[in-house]
Amino acid sequence: MTRDTRGTAAQDVPRRLYADPGLPDRVFRGVARGGGGLVLAVMLLVGGFLLYRAWEALSRAGWSFLTTEAWEPDAGRFGIAAVLVGTVLIALVAVAVAVPLAVGGALYISEYAPPRLRRTLISVVDLMAAVPSVVYGLWGLFFFEGKILPTARWIATYLGWIPVFRVDGADPSDPLAPESVYTSSTLVAGVVVALMVAPIACSVMREVFSQAPVGEREGAYALGATRWGMIRSVVLPFGKGGMIGGTMLGLGRALGETIGVYLIISPVFEIQWHVVQSGASSVAALIALRYGEASEFGMSALMAAGLALFLMTLVVNFAASSIVARSRSGAASE
Amino acid sequence: MTIAPERPATTAERAASVSVGERRRSVSLLRATDVYALLGAAAAALSLTWLLFARLLPLSGTIGFLVVAYGLFLGLYGLLVSFDENGPAVRDRLAAVVVQSLGLVMVVALGFVVVFTLWEGRKALPHLNFFTQDMAEAGPLDPLSAGGILHAIVGTLEQITVALALTVPTGMVCAVFLNEVPGRFARFVRTVVEAMTALPSIVAGLFIYATVILALGFDRSGLAASLALAVMMLPIIIRAADVVIRLVPGTLREASYALGTSRWRTVWHVVLPTARSGLTTSVILGTARGIGETSPVLLTAGFTAEINGDPLSGPQVSLPLATFEFVKSPEPTMIARGFGTAAVLMALVLVLFVVARVIGGRGPGQLTRRQEHRRVEASRRDAERFAARSGRPAPRDTPMDTRSE
Repeated sequence: MTRDTRGTAAQDVPRRLYADPGLPDRVFRGVARGGGGLVLAVMLLVGGFLLYRAWEALSRAGWSFLTTEAWEPDAGRFGIAAVLVGTVLIALVAVAVAVPLAVGGALYISEYAPPRLRRTLISVVDLMAAVPSVVYGLWGLFFFEGKILPTARWIATYLGWIPVFRVDGADPSDPLAPESVYTSSTLVAGVVVALMVAPIACSVMREVFSQAPVGEREGAYALGATRWGMIRSVVLPFGKGGMIGGTMLGLGRALGETIGVYLIISPVFEIQWHVVQSGASSVAALIALRYGEASEFGMSALMAAGLALFLMTLVVNFAASSIVARSRSGAASE
Repeated sequence: MTIAPERPATTAERAASVSVGERRRSVSLLRATDVYALLGAAAAALSLTWLLFARLLPLSGTIGFLVVAYGLFLGLYGLLVSFDENGPAVRDRLAAVVVQSLGLVMVVALGFVVVFTLWEGRKALPHLNFFTQDMAEAGPLDPLSAGGILHAIVGTLEQITVALALTVPTGMVCAVFLNEVPGRFARFVRTVVEAMTALPSIVAGLFIYATVILALGFDRSGLAASLALAVMMLPIIIRAADVVIRLVPGTLREASYALGTSRWRTVWHVVLPTARSGLTTSVILGTARGIGETSPVLLTAGFTAEINGDPLSGPQVSLPLATFEFVKSPEPTMIARGFGTAAVLMALVLVLFVVARVIGGRGPGQLTRRQEHRRVEASRRDAERFAARSGRPAPRDTPMDTRSE
């Protein structure tokens, strides 16, 4: 029976549909394709050129590029182990601080805020996402760094037995010990970056939370759920993809942040696990610091570092968009 | 606060009160006991923390005080609520408090960053010369009554204008391409554009620095900075515009095709006008991002204290870059100038943002009164034109009616 239908289908070959769009339409398509191609060319040029210039340094350093901590390209010893770890640490601190704030803020705006306040709050958060990063850097440098010193000392004194919080050279028993061991740390830079990325993550999450289906909300209430019960059983599961996606989006921004970090940290070129201790590093700050004095080969090494950073943010962004797209709330949350 | 007495306890009582006379009942979920529990827990937590910090334990510091007080407050509030509520209700109250305080902390922290900048900028901003002079004549030790940031304002405006002149046409054509000429190539371009939104801004600057300045041998200039900003802004604008154009209802497009319109006329007369407010918003938000970026400009624009109106030659400074260079100085007056510059920059971003909100507050196809009026006028003119061609008088009252043809 199936063969029969196939037989008739074979005689009835689908005809090729062709409509002459006319000259103006052909011109329009050409222009549009040209625009798309131009953008594609620029974007590929950026990536390709980075790779091309980085190749010299990468081929000379080989795998040691990933394991060397020092950054002395002209002496032949350079690698991104220290700066990459520093970047990831700053981004992790930032995400650890920003995500609770963003989730709380997004839940407040979408579930708890009075309707009259809601529009204003949405605008405020979106505006905060557009505030230049140099402004956050100023706040961190001139206000926050001074205010966090007692807390940093407390963490180093009482939580110092956790390796991440240890501070070498700090002496809790000496009240006159210099406090400079607690400044310019990964923690300070991380909190500043957290304030930068919190609004970005928050606006993605709010968008997703507010799309939780009304029917399911009412169903939860009808079954006797409290407001928090409804949020836990409807809003959070529905918005899980958006929460992860928003977090990753913030992480991507945090990894690439330059000026806010550059203003605060005092760069070190060894792997610095101690987040409270002075001295931190990041790839973007390394580029901003060294591009001016770099030789031809040094430039190539910086390109390689930039390429590594770009690849990292690329992976994070693609992971974020695929998680958001695959989640239930993803289809509408673009 | 005075809601509890108005809320009858049982159904019988309620029935009685209804029969006596309809009293307006409050539908608020807030009860007096909730408020008492909240206030009581707050007072208890504050006093207990004060006791711990001042009398019992060797603790100090504002942040520590707040953290301990908040922890105690949560515990005490949970305890108070648990006296007359069951488990789920206690968890609901605690979650409400935690969510609301997290939201509050976020908005307050972000607001504080802005207010702090404005407050620190108050020393520089009242001087009129801050807006009318450059820093060519003023050294780091000069008082705030000499020198200003005119050079940075001019630089920012020129750089962003050039960057927009490059990105807006390209970005719009590309966004139209992604939606109106679908196919494998368009999908590939969309993937690449999405990947490039991940490009860190410093890498965009490094790219222009390595190509335009090192490889092609041009000097650092405003144009190089604009190119770096354009590379950074292009994927952002394309992505936002792509989303907006995707929101244009397919029925509008199909209606246009059904009338026999060609593709480009559909795009020009249906898709773009419908998406206009959204497209404007995406451009403005991209501009706000570009205007505040320091790192691409840091690598490509160079630094100067003089006003330079020519983007093609010589270093040209922008507002974020000027802020960055000012605060690197240890002099208090220079730092005050840095904060003043940051405040001006923020005001600029705020203006752009408000403009974007005013324009983009409506969805595609929703018109203001004036736009609607204009559209009705246009269709009346069309009807008159058609009528003039067919040699009959235009119908006065029903311009869209075609029965008279």
